[in-house]
Amino acid sequence: MQATIDIKQVSLTYETNDGSVNALSDICLTIGRGEFVSLIGPSGCGKTTLLRTIADLETPTSGDIRVNGMTPSEARKKRSYGYVFQAPALYPWRTVGGNISLPLEIMGITKQERKKRIAAGLEMVGLSGFEGKFPWALSGGMQQRASIARALSFDPDILLMDEPFGALDEIVRDKLNEQLLRLWDRTLKTVVFVTHSIPEAVFLSTKIVVMSPRPGRIHDVIECNFPRDRSLEIRETAEFLAIANRVRRGLREGHGYD
Amino acid sequence: MTSTRRFYPVFVVLTALVAVWYVGAIWLNWDLQRNAFENIHNSNFTTSDLVIGTLGQERPRLPAPHQIVFELEKSILEVAPGSKRSLIYHSVITLEATLLGFVMGALAGISLAILLVKVRTLEKGAMPWIIASQTIPIIALAPMIVVILNQLDITGLIPKAVIAAYLSFFPVTVGMVKGLRSPDLQQMDLMRTYDGSQIETFLKLRLPSSLPYLFSSMKIAVSASLVGSVVAEITKSEDGGLGARLLAGSYYGQTIQIWSALLTAASVAAALIAAVGLIERLTGTAMGVRA
Repeated sequence: MQATIDIKQVSLTYETNDGSVNALSDICLTIGRGEFVSLIGPSGCGKTTLLRTIADLETPTSGDIRVNGMTPSEARKKRSYGYVFQAPALYPWRTVGGNISLPLEIMGITKQERKKRIAAGLEMVGLSGFEGKFPWALSGGMQQRASIARALSFDPDILLMDEPFGALDEIVRDKLNEQLLRLWDRTLKTVVFVTHSIPEAVFLSTKIVVMSPRPGRIHDVIECNFPRDRSLEIRETAEFLAIANRVRRGLREGHGYD
Repeated sequence: MTSTRRFYPVFVVLTALVAVWYVGAIWLNWDLQRNAFENIHNSNFTTSDLVIGTLGQERPRLPAPHQIVFELEKSILEVAPGSKRSLIYHSVITLEATLLGFVMGALAGISLAILLVKVRTLEKGAMPWIIASQTIPIIALAPMIVVILNQLDITGLIPKAVIAAYLSFFPVTVGMVKGLRSPDLQQMDLMRTYDGSQIETFLKLRLPSSLPYLFSSMKIAVSASLVGSVVAEITKSEDGGLGARLLAGSYYGQTIQIWSALLTAASVAAALIAAVGLIERLTGTAMGVRA
């Protein structure tokens, strides 16, 4: 399998007034094309920092990252990835359609083409008919779906998601997890997904990366081989529970709840 | 129903204000009236004569509301609008300087804010001076501005507008700097993931985020601009305007005329603030502000 994201011995140290903080320590990880990789761990383990480093929103202190064979900075400038934040981060003065149009405008795509892509994006996340609505008129789950449509509007092959469903209730979250899985299966994107929910990680992923804090490091990498078109029912199977247990064990070993 | 509920408190406050005003007028003009009666050797007056007298003097310390209303009616409705005795004539002169000064001040304030946000070191260096500029009493500065501009052959409307702009740029600068800095981290990061240029980040993120701040500060700026114009007209009273009218009134002790000009200036300011508020609402509707 061809590596889409290749992380070699990446460390990141912040200098603060109280001394230096090891946010990431010696991270090595290879993510193949079309994989769905979850980063899971307690807060402070560096999972979001790792995602931001891949996106060139943070710069590692040492080590090497390749995204589609390029440095993160080159990959960002080539618009190789779409990023979904914890909050929908929709611009409140733009309609839903206008928000999806934003990256397209910056990338110089013609108005006609933009219109087509906005319609396609809205259909993809089940928001057709909401194009002219302003964000406040949408529920939290709908807003996050709009932000996913925005991230995918310019058809990047990588989708980076930072706890996108963390603020939503469980029923909405289950539904969006299933939709995200369908989307991934259909579009063959490579997804890196930050979460602190064990069932979410096990359900979605082809690979689960368990991280532990102080310093932020990888504790365990678990392969997860459920069929691509899995449904929520697999959560009742013995195999699913076995993997979930291994993740939980990993989190406990690396953390110790001090 | 809703309009009754909205206007009821306004009506109550207004009534109370007028009542207090009448009491104040009687109290402040009391001894003036007593002296007036004594001067004409009329010692045969009753208390009610005194009260009625305090409310009908030609040059009272505090004119009664109805005296101001009569004066306003006379100088707005009866006198031809082009006459120098018309408050409409003077209001238009003041309005011209106010609007030109406001536009100049707002443009200067916005430009300065953009510069300060763009060049961070400049903010540290320039902000104390900008604040200091507002601590100079405008009444002291206004004649200097007129003299200097006169030396440069700039006369007429412009010097008055400059004085108005001097007062109105400041709130716009302060509000706009805050507004341009208001986008949150995720909104900024989002632009970075698209590799948006500085210009795009400015036009598509910072500028729209700043508009609510801009409108709030423009409401303050437009009334500051009116104050600036009135002060400028006191300095340059030969051109007329509400300020000149105030000055003339104080020369001749015409308190009724002064109060009429004051109330007219206040009404013009209220109308200007309402106009900015209307533009704010229209912009808000277009930009998805929740009604």
